[in-house]
Amino acid sequence: MSRSGTEARPGSGTEARPGSGSRGWLGALPLLAFFALVFGVPAIVLVAGAFTAQGRPSLANLSQSLQGGYLTAMLGSVRLSAVVALLGAVLGTFLAHAIVTSRGTMLREAVLTASGVLANFGGVPLAFFWIATLGNSGVVSGLIGLPSGSLYTFWGLVVVYLYFSVPLMVLAMAPALDGLRPQWREAAANSGATTWHYWRFVALPVLAPAMLGGVVLLFGGAFSAYATANAMVGTVVPLVTLKIASALTGDVLIGYENIALALSLDMVVVAGLVMAIYLPLQRRTSRWLH
Amino acid sequence: MFTPRARAAGIVAALTVVTAACGAAPSTQQTTQASQGGVNAATATSAADFGGLDKLVEAAKKEGALHVIALPPDWANYGEIIEKFQTKYGIKIESETPDAASADEINAVKTRKGQDRAPDVLDLGQSFAISGAAEGLFAPYKVQTFDKIPEGQKEPTGLWVNDYGGYVSIGCDAKKIKTCPASFADLLKPEYKGQVAMNGNPTESGSAFAGVYAAAIASGGSFDDIQPGIDFFKKLKEAGNYNPVETTPATIENGETKISIDWDYNNAAYAPQLTAKGIDWKVNVPSDGKYFQMYAQAINKDAPHPAAARLWQEYLYSDEGQNLYLKGFARPVLLPAMTAAGTVDQALAANLPAVDGEPAFPTTAQVDAAKAKLAAGWDTAISG
Repeated sequence: MSRSGTEARPGSGTEARPGSGSRGWLGALPLLAFFALVFGVPAIVLVAGAFTAQGRPSLANLSQSLQGGYLTAMLGSVRLSAVVALLGAVLGTFLAHAIVTSRGTMLREAVLTASGVLANFGGVPLAFFWIATLGNSGVVSGLIGLPSGSLYTFWGLVVVYLYFSVPLMVLAMAPALDGLRPQWREAAANSGATTWHYWRFVALPVLAPAMLGGVVLLFGGAFSAYATANAMVGTVVPLVTLKIASALTGDVLIGYENIALALSLDMVVVAGLVMAIYLPLQRRTSRWLH
Repeated sequence: MFTPRARAAGIVAALTVVTAACGAAPSTQQTTQASQGGVNAATATSAADFGGLDKLVEAAKKEGALHVIALPPDWANYGEIIEKFQTKYGIKIESETPDAASADEINAVKTRKGQDRAPDVLDLGQSFAISGAAEGLFAPYKVQTFDKIPEGQKEPTGLWVNDYGGYVSIGCDAKKIKTCPASFADLLKPEYKGQVAMNGNPTESGSAFAGVYAAAIASGGSFDDIQPGIDFFKKLKEAGNYNPVETTPATIENGETKISIDWDYNNAAYAPQLTAKGIDWKVNVPSDGKYFQMYAQAINKDAPHPAAARLWQEYLYSDEGQNLYLKGFARPVLLPAMTAAGTVDQALAANLPAVDGEPAFPTTAQVDAAKAKLAAGWDTAISG
């Protein structure tokens, strides 16, 4: 939560000890060194590689990464992540609200524990779990008469991604929902507010920062997922992470490494854009909390 | 602001990061063993350079270890080959990332140059062997049986040599599928709805790429023209027969991939495993699209165990090593020579899926052109 206001701006007051700013930097040095090493170096390699073609500086990789199949894959990833993030946020919030307001602590503990586990369920095991359940010869697909191939589509992948996204949203929302005090609702009711008024003018503004954060979290999770999609849909649903993998590794393509780096750079830009939308909104909504 | 203790902890943490950074790239190039007994193992181009195979064995035993990469134990019988080599020579094999791809192998050679943990030997897709040789990553070495290997299946100086290969084949669960498909044309029949899978994505997996090439040959294409293969899979997708799930023994067992296009040695090797689980896995080499491809063996020029690397090659191209490939249903490069000489294990050779005619090979230029075409056209053909 950004603590805006004048009363607590660090370093502005005269009471700060002389030289404390520079010594503060010294203390942060290990962290900065660590970041420079594990985050900075790969980032530099990524950018340098993305702008190099045949050993010379060039924009060829970047322009190629924004054309044809690569562009389709990028748009596919963005669309999938956006759908998963929005659906996951809505479903996760309702579920979190249901368990937070339920009286049984057993239920609450059980759902939160299960969410903690399921939010980390991913990769090939997740794909196989769904294939065995709703695949062409899955246990459940036979029972409900699911037509063949229906899991291996865009919407099939959305369902699979929701499987770990909804629990993640529950984990993100439960503490925020706990923060809604019953007194607010009572106060609103006493002032003549309807349930709709309460949600619209009290609860949702308070929950908005957490919800926005959750949406960004879900978007990022779906945007970067790879192994599940690779095992489940192959290239039937075009995704940028699958394109990066084909270009970077494998037994087939040679000399596409720098296009993979350019695609990664595109992903960084998309993630940056999402954050650029999120941060001002978050700042605006968090005003309500003061 | 900070207590002395906190600052000390900070300094300790900083030092840890710095030392960890140094430790991440150990450069203990083994120069000691490079010139033992007047023989430089790293530049030896044949067993004769060591003074015979016995001397090579001696030098390799002194090194005591061999670092291999990308050799899955259930692929072409590598599990047993590694085990037999270890017991025969008492050299420990460190097998790293068995499921790595050819591109990962080349990366490992480049990024770990001069390090103790660089891979000694490589088992590469054909085009990676050619491009790696052009980049000067491999050491030239001629195994004792070098002359028996057909022209075109080895680099003339021994920078790479084909080791084993197979045909694109169609595996099929004969208990669940009434008539197993015997050709690519068959795969389009409505009875195979949602059933036809591959071993991965053709822009990544060598066997899936070969599947598209074989489909091209089956549908009026040629080594010069892979487009009919891409169109074939588009048709397969539109007919609802294409199943995008990547085949593994697990997906076969569970019934998700009842029909799978894969190398015949993979499909054939699955059969005995699956029989134990009550599945009758039949393997057909398609009558209309025969595509044969071999993998290649190479020695890292900067191999940390140069003598052991050379001994590994000698073992793989010995009758024993080649028969072990055959035991994994892969067709070893010396199969014709060994059949002529009578050194082939007849029982194992009889287990191979039947194929008529001699294999033909596309040129490197043809393969490269096909890959570029596939990379550009596959997604649009199959997505949606």
